[in-house]
Amino acid sequence: MSEYVLEMTDIVKEFPGVRALKGVQLKLRPGTVHGLMGENGAGKSTLMKCLIGIYHKNSGKILFRGEEIDYPDTHTALESGISMIHQELSPIPYRSVSENVWVGRQPMKGIIVDHKKMREDTLALFKRLEISIDPDEMMGNLTVAQMQMVEIAKAVSYDSDIVIMDEPTSSLTETEVGHLFRIIRQLREQNVAIVYISHKLDEIFQICDELTTMRDGEYIATDRAEDITIDELIQKMVGREVNEMFPKVDCPIGETVLKVENLSAGKAVKNVSFELRKGEILGFAGLVGAGRTETVEAIFGMRHKTSGKIYKDGVELNIKHPEDAIGNGIALLTEDRRGNGIVGVRSIADNTILANLGAYGFPLNHKKIRKDVDEYVAKLNVKTPNNEQLIMNLSGGNQQKVLVARWLLKNPDILIVDEPTRGIDVGAKSEIHSLITKLAGEGKAIILISSELPEVMGMSDRILVMHEGEMTGILSRDEFSQETIMKYATGEV
Amino acid sequence: MSKSFDFKKFLSKNSIWIVLIVMIIAMTFASPVFMTSGNLFNMLITESVIGILTMGIVFAILSKGIDLSPGAIVAWTAAVAASLAQNPDYSDKKFKNLPDLPVILIVLIALAAGTVFGLMNGLLIAYTKIPAFIATLGTQLIARSLAYIYTNSYPIPNLKSSFKTLGQAKFFGFLPSIVLFFIVFVCIAGFMLTQTRFGKNVYAIGGNDQAARVAGINVEKNLVKVYTWGAFCASMGGILLVSRSGASSTTMGLNYELDAIAAATVGGTSHSGGIARISGVIAGILILGILKNGMLLLGVNSYLQQALKGVIIIVAVVFDMRKNVKKS
Repeated sequence: MSEYVLEMTDIVKEFPGVRALKGVQLKLRPGTVHGLMGENGAGKSTLMKCLIGIYHKNSGKILFRGEEIDYPDTHTALESGISMIHQELSPIPYRSVSENVWVGRQPMKGIIVDHKKMREDTLALFKRLEISIDPDEMMGNLTVAQMQMVEIAKAVSYDSDIVIMDEPTSSLTETEVGHLFRIIRQLREQNVAIVYISHKLDEIFQICDELTTMRDGEYIATDRAEDITIDELIQKMVGREVNEMFPKVDCPIGETVLKVENLSAGKAVKNVSFELRKGEILGFAGLVGAGRTETVEAIFGMRHKTSGKIYKDGVELNIKHPEDAIGNGIALLTEDRRGNGIVGVRSIADNTILANLGAYGFPLNHKKIRKDVDEYVAKLNVKTPNNEQLIMNLSGGNQQKVLVARWLLKNPDILIVDEPTRGIDVGAKSEIHSLITKLAGEGKAIILISSELPEVMGMSDRILVMHEGEMTGILSRDEFSQETIMKYATGEV
Repeated sequence: MSKSFDFKKFLSKNSIWIVLIVMIIAMTFASPVFMTSGNLFNMLITESVIGILTMGIVFAILSKGIDLSPGAIVAWTAAVAASLAQNPDYSDKKFKNLPDLPVILIVLIALAAGTVFGLMNGLLIAYTKIPAFIATLGTQLIARSLAYIYTNSYPIPNLKSSFKTLGQAKFFGFLPSIVLFFIVFVCIAGFMLTQTRFGKNVYAIGGNDQAARVAGINVEKNLVKVYTWGAFCASMGGILLVSRSGASSTTMGLNYELDAIAAATVGGTSHSGGIARISGVIAGILILGILKNGMLLLGVNSYLQQALKGVIIIVAVVFDMRKNVKKS
């Protein structure tokens, strides 16, 4: 018997155009908590999804209890003894807690679901884990934290040899985190191996025995937690050179155009204040869930702001809907290209003019539309046979260029771009970088949200860092370093 | 020639018209009566009211909704129009002391009475976010019930000739007015979809309402317009129908919305939203019309007609889905 319960070696996973995992390894000892570390996009979740059968590796070897495995689906992985608590919860809101725990594997009495046993099993499970939630309560009535606890209980109930926890504490308060740690220690005593993924470094050092670090889809190192400091760990997570992708040109920065004062939006955004000037690129950095997207959504009228004031050119704005923001010269290139960016079943032309329809009169001036579309499609170098092509047939990078064209055509004073280069190829990425720099040079004020530190550092004049909905700092260019930003982003400062 | 002609692409883009042409040719050979102007106009007259309704419903489907209320709105507006348009010297009038109203006023009142249901649909769907299916099912029941209550379920007969002219006149000696109205509504719908901001907005809302919102489109306002337009079409349909038949009855327009939905669907309007072409929808209306007319001429059992219609709708949508699946 090997000393490891799980050995993943040389795992390679490719998506069209992207090599997400480039020969990664992970070795788990039974009865340990193993932290899987890395920045957003390092490949942690991809690796775990390859393990439990959501993705299928292109090459590499997975040994589980000494046997080579390659699960076709999560169901098989669960049956074999590997369970996972996913980052995004998927509760069935209108069914009871116990039904949520045992969904798909209800105890049966012949062909009838044994509700009594299901309830008793839930109670026993909750008692073992010291969870005090009524099994008969409707799932939808629980708080997010309670749902998370149910999810954890569910993962434990499989009596797995390996439990993977992907950001399990993202919606938990301090006391509940303590509770989770008690459960984890209990599992550890039962010789279960736990993979713990979290951006909260203090938690990592509290609970983990070993740490494996990944960066850009590559394996970096495995260390014992007691042998490494936080600074060394951050260094390993981010330690790459900022390359020449970012053609930052210093351009004159003018007067303040946008002023945000004490902006709050529910629990997602707390008291954010900043100023944005003409010709400036203000970067927003932070980890997933830090509230960056929510902040700009609140500015743009996509999200209800609970308090705070927004001024443009010294005048207070009352923005309730995106159309109000657009009317005031603010544009937002959203992060979710498919969800609220493109209209897939319409043409490139229709998508390009979507925000600018008011400019074409009644009836629509099709000649002017054609002229504008031709001009901007050429300007942004969108690769397409013709402009009547449906936008869903384009690559992600070209779709993104069309969306940028949509906003440029509208000619806003303030352009907010949220993860503008996520999931697009290197060529298009560098084109979008040049374009953003050029726009700043033309005197536009730009907010750039990016989870890629090199990008946000290479492009920005200043960087606003957020952590759990709060602004933890604004750094000027001479203060930029990945280590500093990570410290602010993890709330270490 | 600089542009090579892509025959396959042409076929796939116009397949619906090819189906229509094949049907026309087949019917011409199958029945000598089919290709007579008398029969063709008869068919057009029969399909015109449903055609007008379809011009409204296609906007609802395009916006990823549905409208189940038009048939009932037809009955309600027919009743309202008829009650105001009875012969002044008819002894059993609904409103004994009603003065002789000008036709235009009768039409405007009936249009308003019907269109208000569309406004209600639109406000409900846009602002309470209840599914369009439920909202318009509700208004369907309300409008139909109102038609029953208003008329005590009796027909309202004996309409004055100036009002009946509206649906019975012939233009240029051959073109029935009701067909002319259908053509006018086709033009308006086509114009709105392709030449106005509103049309582009509806395409975008149906294709991806979140993207439309982020692009600054007021989704709610546009949805209100969509359903108001749908009820406006239905109201006009009701007025024309009662003017043509000369008396209102509460069962008027029964299941018309289903025929209109079928025509729009066969005509390539996607229920996933964002896809519709008026030319396709016209073909859809004609295909279902010729099917009905053809089966009548050929003496097909009328119960079987329904089944055939059902088959055609399902086949049309299956093909349409496959076309879209391939694209994505």
